[in-house]
Amino acid sequence: MYCDITVQTATFDLGAEELALRAHAGDAGALVAFQGMVRAHDEAVPLAALFLEHYPGVTEAEIRRIAEQAAARWPLSACRVIHRVGALAPGEPIVLVLIAAGHRAGAFAAAEYLMDYLKTQAPFWKREDFVDGSSRWVEAKASDDAACGRWHD
Amino acid sequence: MSITLLYFGVLKDTLGCSTEMLAWDGGTTATLLDLLRGRGEEWAQALAPGKVFRLVVNQQIVRGDAAIPDGAEVGILPPVTGG
Repeated sequence: MYCDITVQTATFDLGAEELALRAHAGDAGALVAFQGMVRAHDEAVPLAALFLEHYPGVTEAEIRRIAEQAAARWPLSACRVIHRVGALAPGEPIVLVLIAAGHRAGAFAAAEYLMDYLKTQAPFWKREDFVDGSSRWVEAKASDDAACGRWHD
Repeated sequence: MSITLLYFGVLKDTLGCSTEMLAWDGGTTATLLDLLRGRGEEWAQALAPGKVFRLVVNQQIVRGDAAIPDGAEVGILPPVTGG
């Protein structure tokens, strides 16, 4: 499986990434794209930005390990993961997962598997910076762990 | 004999440091955690068992107790919140 993992501060272009991946996807019959955006949240104080931190080298290796696990479960042709770090304003894209596979079932499942594991296993830490100048590191969510747990069946 | 410690996420703020050089006489990740917890209440609470998500030794995520060689880079990771 072709696999390209990037952690970057810059934004990304879904269309350009899709075109680039298709060059490595062989005769794949399915391509699933997931893009996550920063939500403004519904807290009392509006969010000015999300600040994301990662562990250079370790984070990329961990994402690659997760992608290889997905490729062992479903026949995949190619995958592309981009995760942004640094300060991100509400509405900005934060994560991209592209999966090319022979058939749609594997592509859908692998994209969801990758997202569940990205949220629970990959070394990223989020801080919420509010418009009033206060900030708070986000705590791990039990709902994400539950979503990840279903893959252990 | 020394190792380099890297702190991430909320640990940077609660411990007030992001990186440090530490004199090291050899030992494991458990030795290191005991040593850091002995620095005081703040450290003991921040690094309490169950709070530390993972340790990384020389860019390898550690599962269980692992040796820390001289000169190692050791990352101390709180629970992750990505995606």
